[in-house]
Amino acid sequence: MTDARAAVAGAVAAERLRIVAALIRVTGDFDLAEDCLQDAVERALERWPLDGVPDNPSAWLTTTARRRAVDVLRRRQTERAKLREAQALAELARDLTGDEPGPYGDDRLKLLFTCCHPALPMAGRVALTLKSVAGLSTRQIARAFLVSEATMGQRLLRAKNKIEHAGIGFRVPESHRLAARTDAVLAVVYLIFTEGYAALDDDLAAEAVQLSGLVARLLPEDDEVLGLHALLLLQHARRAARTDAAGELVTLEEQDRGRWDHDRVEAGRTALAAARGTGHPPGYYRLQAEIAALHTSAARAGDTDWVRIVAAYDALLTLRSSPVIALNRAVAVGFRDGPEAGLTAVGAVAAELAEYPLLPAVRADLLRRAGRRREAAAAYRDAVAAARTEPERRLLERRLRELTT
Amino acid sequence: MKYLMLVGTDPAHSEADAAAAPDIEEWFAYVTGAGKHVVGDRLRPPSAATTVRVRGGELLVTDGPFAETNEWIVGFDVLDCADLDEAIEIASKHSMAYTGRLELRPFWPLDG
Repeated sequence: MTDARAAVAGAVAAERLRIVAALIRVTGDFDLAEDCLQDAVERALERWPLDGVPDNPSAWLTTTARRRAVDVLRRRQTERAKLREAQALAELARDLTGDEPGPYGDDRLKLLFTCCHPALPMAGRVALTLKSVAGLSTRQIARAFLVSEATMGQRLLRAKNKIEHAGIGFRVPESHRLAARTDAVLAVVYLIFTEGYAALDDDLAAEAVQLSGLVARLLPEDDEVLGLHALLLLQHARRAARTDAAGELVTLEEQDRGRWDHDRVEAGRTALAAARGTGHPPGYYRLQAEIAALHTSAARAGDTDWVRIVAAYDALLTLRSSPVIALNRAVAVGFRDGPEAGLTAVGAVAAELAEYPLLPAVRADLLRRAGRRREAAAAYRDAVAAARTEPERRLLERRLRELTT
Repeated sequence: MKYLMLVGTDPAHSEADAAAAPDIEEWFAYVTGAGKHVVGDRLRPPSAATTVRVRGGELLVTDGPFAETNEWIVGFDVLDCADLDEAIEIASKHSMAYTGRLELRPFWPLDG
């Protein structure tokens, strides 16, 4: 019984995405695909404990989901004959393995490009990727983004309708658009990760790490894909050390490095090495992965190679001019050359970041290190007022108390 | 799938964008040659537009377009494409993609 349940869970984990992607390719219907898979899973949970686990559980699930799709479409067809459904039925009569030969033939890759199409609003891309590619429930996604299930359901529906009504094709983009569209996929995955990271939502961050791994398997030649995978593995490796026993945030400097997930660090390094191995000049994600790798290779915070980290930020800034990256560079400069130098560097970008909530926190930290206690306390007060999350706010309040008592 | 491509002006573009804009005759030759063009034309400016409504049973005819903005529609094309990506590709080669903006609106057939 439990063996059968475990076998179902294993087969779903292995095959869900392939089955759903293939059914969406054939039918163009996201909901139908999910429903047919769900139906196959329910049947497996009924049958396998009685009949035993089939020899090829994945094939069983695929066949059952495909037959279900045929049933549903036949029923629909009698209601109102549609060309698309007739075509889908013809195709479903064959096997579901519709992957075309070549590096871009995989249905899962097509699904990713469809869900991350730039004609969809960003929030819709994120939601649909989590639903259709990662397989999260609407409720799980709603909870992660702090909206009601009904709101998230609407967001998903609008995205699926846009795909259907605007004629967004289920396909990999033309080769001359591939780089830009891959960037769009990576932006969605990165946004999911940063959302999870900022909210200390480990499950959401872990989904992003998984997604980046999937993209890396599907596009193993793309150095930015590998770079993002490396970056997320390296960041996520520090997950357990980011909070203490009381759930309070612990800064990178103060983290217990023994609590980092060293297997994940290794996996991150391997992905980074593969990205370097492509021989392409380092891109946006790879440079960030290089920075994360430099942090993780320091046994103690004091051993951090700030010279190379500042150099990596400089390279990042020539690639993508951004005041937020410049602020992160200023922090690194503060460690390399001392807090006063860091403050000068912050001063150079402050005007562009007047509204950025982390600016006062960065200034406060540098002022504290520089021993300018009164100015630091004032900056911490601003930082507390601007804090985006509760754990962030409590960390800043703690610093403020340490300074004023 | 059929798309109505609305061709609009957009003051927010640089001289370099304008210089990079491809020739419209080339675009027309390409799009008709590919069998993707159904119909299209220029439109006279908003000053030549007339808006028609019936309200309370009364015909109201007014001078000008729907909305007064500093961007307006100067032309349209109907494209017949396999999917949105193909329509985007065709739009991206239009000279007004560089100096204006193009809006792709899918047809919504009554039997769809």
